Amino acid sequence: MKRRDFLKSAGALAASTALTAPAVFSPAKAQSRAETLLIVSEGGPNNIDIHGVGTNVPGYEVAWNCYSRLISHDMKKLPNGVEYYDKDKFTPELAEDMKIGDMSATFKLRKDATFHDGTKITAKDVKWSLDRAVTVGGFPTFQMRAGSLEKREQFVVVDDHTVRVDFLRKDKLTIPDLAVVVPVVMHSELVKKHATEKDPWGLDYTKQNIAGGGPYNVAKWTPGTEVIFERNENYKLGPLPKTKRIVWRIVPSAGNRRALLERGDADISYELPNKDFVELKESGKLNIVSTPFSNGIQYLGMNVTKPPFDNLKVRQAVAYAVPYQKIVDAVLYGLAGKVYGAPANKETEVAWPQPTKYNTDIAKAKKLMEEAGYKDGFETTLSFDLNFAGVNEPTCVLIQESLAQIGIKTTINKVPGANWRTELNKKVMPLYVNVFSGWLDYPEYFFRWCYHGSNSIFNTMSYQSKEMDKFIDGARDAAAIGDKATYEKDVKGMVDLAFADIPRIPLFQPYSNVAMQKNVSGYQYWFHRRLDYRNLAKG
Amino acid sequence: MFLRMSKRLGITLFSIAAVIVITFALTRILPGDTAEYFAGPAATKEAIQEVRVKLGLDKPKYQQFIRYVQDLSRGDFGQSLTTGQPVIRDLTSRLPASAELTLAGLIVSILIAIPLGVLAAVKEGSFIDHISRVVATAGVSLPVFFTGLLLSYFFYFKLGWAPSPLGRLDIIYSAPPQVTGFYLIDSLIAGDFEIFWAALKQLILPAATLAIFSLAPITRMTRASMLAVLSSDFVRTARASGLSTRKVILAYAFRNALLPVITTLGMVFSFLLGANVLVEKVFAWPGIGSYAVEALIASDFAPVQGFVLVMAVMYVLLNLMIDLLYGVIDPRVRMAA
Repeated sequence: MKRRDFLKSAGALAASTALTAPAVFSPAKAQSRAETLLIVSEGGPNNIDIHGVGTNVPGYEVAWNCYSRLISHDMKKLPNGVEYYDKDKFTPELAEDMKIGDMSATFKLRKDATFHDGTKITAKDVKWSLDRAVTVGGFPTFQMRAGSLEKREQFVVVDDHTVRVDFLRKDKLTIPDLAVVVPVVMHSELVKKHATEKDPWGLDYTKQNIAGGGPYNVAKWTPGTEVIFERNENYKLGPLPKTKRIVWRIVPSAGNRRALLERGDADISYELPNKDFVELKESGKLNIVSTPFSNGIQYLGMNVTKPPFDNLKVRQAVAYAVPYQKIVDAVLYGLAGKVYGAPANKETEVAWPQPTKYNTDIAKAKKLMEEAGYKDGFETTLSFDLNFAGVNEPTCVLIQESLAQIGIKTTINKVPGANWRTELNKKVMPLYVNVFSGWLDYPEYFFRWCYHGSNSIFNTMSYQSKEMDKFIDGARDAAAIGDKATYEKDVKGMVDLAFADIPRIPLFQPYSNVAMQKNVSGYQYWFHRRLDYRNLAKG
Repeated sequence: MFLRMSKRLGITLFSIAAVIVITFALTRILPGDTAEYFAGPAATKEAIQEVRVKLGLDKPKYQQFIRYVQDLSRGDFGQSLTTGQPVIRDLTSRLPASAELTLAGLIVSILIAIPLGVLAAVKEGSFIDHISRVVATAGVSLPVFFTGLLLSYFFYFKLGWAPSPLGRLDIIYSAPPQVTGFYLIDSLIAGDFEIFWAALKQLILPAATLAIFSLAPITRMTRASMLAVLSSDFVRTARASGLSTRKVILAYAFRNALLPVITTLGMVFSFLLGANVLVEKVFAWPGIGSYAVEALIASDFAPVQGFVLVMAVMYVLLNLMIDLLYGVIDPRVRMAA
């Protein structure tokens, strides 16, 4: 071989290796990466059926995106440009038309809607699914009941494409309750095929399989690792979803989630510590969206059935001792809504949450303690849920410091997540930090859970007041018949009373924080605070 | 020999039975109410009761235990509530992930630790001896999650050499068809080198983290054991007989020094399988350790019981294997039996 030939062939060889080398990342795969949106979060679903036993919150996200409902909400734009669901405006999803009568609502179904397998969606599927929601028990049934949807007889098939929902009683929450995550429409024939005598609603099947017609379908689910979604190419209930494939990977380490975002490998993440969100926001490399939880408040609760917190003066003293601003600044890095320190002359609004008139005022708190007969203070325990230790622990430490100044010595009690609900249910913790937020964004809905004498698990203070019950019931009845004046009077009444009696002290309104790459668009805030994939797009 | 084996097996079965009873009792004693946890954030008392009945938790404890043992005898480990899968399926899919990671870590560790230990012993007090001491001490003093985060920070975040810490494979790949559950082996069986390479890249950082952590016991044990052997009579005799240093060290001293090292390896392997939890968390590795911890946090009994049982069986098998290895390495053990 001549030298020249050798060089030539060596060159050719080099060229051919240069061509084959990148094949390690085959072009098809690079292409698919461009059409794939990667979401990373701390936890994943345990069940992809919202009607399942113990379906966790990540499971709601799957159910939201893979099933459709009769109706949904419109979007509105917040002043900061974030798309936010409009709680007052409903938009058709499976139903192309909704007629609300006096004691019933009639839904006309779209005729072209199909499930993922191509079967037409008909009225009997809707009825079967709603029957299922009110019958299976547990969380779904409970959520349906919140909108007075309790009995199977309420759902009537008029013809193949018409369903009527009869009202048990007038309730303003009935229609909104049909737009939450629970009332999904399932492929009844498919699920029935997998139902058994012991499991008449086929829960074992839907736990792992989607039987719906939503904008996305689960292509693969590896519990604890990832969920892969493929777009429903025949989606007719709205515009075709923008992204072809969504991969949701579970990355437990918050540090790595942040690293993945900063390196540009992950497209969206939430559940990052507030500190990281603030730093990411400042670095300007990513798009950070913080939205207040709708109808949600983190609070300091007190057990009002036992001394010392049965004493109103003590509760007020605590309310004046809480270092509100410090908590917002040091714990939440400013990413929280203020719910304290309204000016004394400010009129109560017909809204929830809204700020109390309490401020951090140690002198006043000390005086109140003296008046209450606790000049020398007392000892108590302050409990919190370890599952949310990132926020709860520093909050409790700040409160502990402040309370020590007015003579209340607190021991901090860290309750493991699995145990928290048990402890709440016992209703014996004297002082604790907790959070509550309602899907349906109405003040009376929040108050029914948290302050009503029927003593739900969220009335953690065991607060009982005939007057309060009257306001709450009054507001619900007034809303049902559209009596605006009474409604507003009652809502103001319950807010005023809650702040005067102060069985629970609002600390702040938490924010839902989402971080995404600059080229990702279409984020929407929903009441369930999980991602809606339909509008998410890259590039 | 046979008598000894059957005696051992008897003890083994007894300990497994004890493990079953103890894990059952322990998971029931744990505070926290499974039904309340899984009834969801907005559950009423009735809703919680419904969940409890569905899970069979309303029955007396002894009935729950009988049912548990009956299920076990049929190979049914129960259902995990956190992942929603049968526990046995979770374990079989996650155990290989942990085992692959642990083995890789251990192999890397052995490749570094044993030569280092031998060298340190042969050149006692020398520069290399000090190096080995520093490396081992540093490795064991750094908590694994810290080493993991540090490696991931430098090699992924800063330098971009390592792939994203997203578990066993990058999102553009799907797992090779399962044969052994070890991606490295399965991808080779499938003849897919692209996946092999991708899986190997994902494995490097977590395996290095584990290796760094386990360097210390292996190095120190090798060194101590080598020192003891090197100062013994037969080595002196061998030297006096004029055998080459190489032959003395590798053929005579090292082989004799291996016994305690093998014991240590067995222990290191089992504690690495446990210490894995943190590495798995850092690298989003879908292993068995993080699985058990997540289940424990949610007071989800079945996976915890399954995990402890599987670990117990593995410990027992490992010890059995080590005992057999003794026989191979040291004829005296065979003779004694």
